[in-house]
Amino acid sequence: DLKWIINPYDEFALEAALRLKEKHGGNVAIVSWGPQRVVESIRTALAMGADTGVLIDDPALDGSDSLGVAMALAAAVKEINPDIVVCGSRAVDYDEAQRGPMVAELLGWPHLALAVALDSDGTNVTIDRPIEGGKVVIQAPLPALVTFGGSHAVWNPRYASLPGIMKAKKKPLAVKKLSDLGIDASQVGPGSARVLMTSLQMPPQRAAGKIIDGGLDTAGKAVELVRSLHEEAKVI
Amino acid sequence: MAKCVCVIAEFRQGVFRRVSYEVASAGKRLADALGTNLCAIAVGAGVAEKAAELGRYAVDKVYAADDPALANYVAQTYVPVIADIVAQVDPAALILPASVDGKDLGARLAARLRAGLAQDCTEIACINGEIKAKRPIFAGKCFAWCEWAQGALPVISCRPNVMDCLAPLEDSKAEVDKVQVSVPEPRAVVKAMDLDTTGKVELTEADIIVSGGRGMKGPENYGMLEELAKVLGAAVGASRAAVDAGWRPHSDQVGQTGKVVNPTLYMAVGISGAIQHLAGMGSSKFIVAVNKDSEAPIFTKADYGIVEDLFNFVPVFTEEIRKLKSSCS
Ligand SMILES: Cc1cc2nc3c(=O)[nH]c(=O)nc-3n(C[C@H](O)[C@H](O)[C@H](O)COP(=O)(O)OP(=O)(O)OC[C@H]3O[C@@H](n4cnc5c(N)ncnc54)[C@H](O)[C@@H]3O)c2cc1C
Ligand SMILES: Nc1ncnc2c1ncn2[C@@H]1O[C@H](COP(=O)(O)O)[C@@H](O)[C@H]1O
Repeated sequence: DLKWIINPYDEFALEAALRLKEKHGGNVAIVSWGPQRVVESIRTALAMGADTGVLIDDPALDGSDSLGVAMALAAAVKEINPDIVVCGSRAVDYDEAQRGPMVAELLGWPHLALAVALDSDGTNVTIDRPIEGGKVVIQAPLPALVTFGGSHAVWNPRYASLPGIMKAKKKPLAVKKLSDLGIDASQVGPGSARVLMTSLQMPPQRAAGKIIDGGLDTAGKAVELVRSLHEEAKVI
Repeated sequence: MAKCVCVIAEFRQGVFRRVSYEVASAGKRLADALGTNLCAIAVGAGVAEKAAELGRYAVDKVYAADDPALANYVAQTYVPVIADIVAQVDPAALILPASVDGKDLGARLAARLRAGLAQDCTEIACINGEIKAKRPIFAGKCFAWCEWAQGALPVISCRPNVMDCLAPLEDSKAEVDKVQVSVPEPRAVVKAMDLDTTGKVELTEADIIVSGGRGMKGPENYGMLEELAKVLGAAVGASRAAVDAGWRPHSDQVGQTGKVVNPTLYMAVGISGAIQHLAGMGSSKFIVAVNKDSEAPIFTKADYGIVEDLFNFVPVFTEEIRKLKSSCS
């Protein structure tokens, strides 16, 4: 009994998009590739405040590599012709972490990655991007694509309200095939995938841990832990 | 000779970052398996002068794109410059760091080159001349092996702190080819760069991490962990509960929606061990858990468990470490 959720980074992106809409007006469109069950996720996004949805549902896309998926997403974006595209930095399933920048490259747009803060005056978009040991502030002219990092504490994505859920039922949601997007099915799918997942491997089981106890008091446990780390594990 | 293996070295603020050496080392092992040379691409302002250093990590030749306009990493300017070099070099594989910039670069570059990218790899193998790479999926619960279609260029980013580094070869210098670059007009620009100068250890590169969770009870108590971290030469991390509570900055969060870390030693203090936290630290070499609840799930992953009130245990433990350090020095 699996519960399917919206990728948390995509929720952060959606939250940022809804704030841009509150500030500048306009519409927020949701684009997703996936099977029919994704309709439910799109409705959730519409209930949070997005305006329209597009589901790309075409079996020809199954088994595509990330670039194949990015081609389909880029084609859908082109039809919508937005000022800004927001997406997650990675999807927490396969952790591919590539489709956002790929879409930007295919569109020939600038992209800014891993936003933990975002601002736009309607002409440019500026983000804070954490890097090892610090952060950079980086800016691009619109149209641009932004990928989102951060965390729940940073973006605090809103919940769908009850009236929001009611309204979402009536918002437009289109289902498209590759041919609707002008994509030749032979460009995508497993046949044209450059990289493929060929096998899975389970990680080594961690050996059962050892609780340091043996009737020792706090100080005794501290001594024993230091000894274990120094003499057995040799890590300090 | 067969096509070379090519690595991208990451140059920031005048130095190659350590992960560049890890990537060169991984590249060297692959080049040996394929019976070929190792070359590198290095991009940055002033990089040509430093590029020969990469010879210490077995790089034979460096293509250096040295231009003031390339001082800061911007995907849109770096990608065309690197793509031109890759087209000229025509390597058998392209390996780069899965650092913050490297992951971003790899994605855009792979799209431009119409290449296949495997991000955040923890192992590269070569079986009968076929290149394979292993990467964690589903928050590290499983690994996937990736292979490439005939004719597709493998682009492989390597998770920092995982690939073994070669012992540096003294006095070994790489040949440096300073390439002509035409830097495209930047459309994205770096407005400010704010780097920590206090010598704080970066979580993703730390050898030892001490993390505190909800059990820390409040921001004021992290001083205790910072003290311990100082004595150990460690970085301080946090669980989402601590970050959500506003006790610690998001940059300290370890886990599925935080950082993925690979230290030799990870100490979880007052952290229950939720699956999303394990996603960020489960591959640490050694895990120590300090928790007053003997049923906490973290104990099933810990090499050493301490069932104690952290407020009693941590100061005593810090003192014992201090004693050890002073007896060793
Ligand atoms: C989509 C999603 C993404 C998430 N991403 C992350 C992530 O990136 N990182 C992350 O950490 N979590 C993440 N979580 C949250 C995760 O599920 C847990 O809620 C979180 O890790 C709990 O943090 P904690 O262990 O600090 O708190 P708790 O689970 O509350 O545990 C606190 C522990 O401290 C112990 N304790 C209390 N007082 C003391 C004391 N005095 N001495 C010793 N021990 C004490 C308790 O026994 C308890 O085990 C995510 C959740 C979701 C749904
Ligand atoms: N099937 C998809 N439909 C819509 N967006 C996607 C899809 N897959 C990936 N993305 C976007 O690309 C981001 C990065 O995903 P990935 O490269 O798969 O880790 C996600 O956070 C989404 O914003």
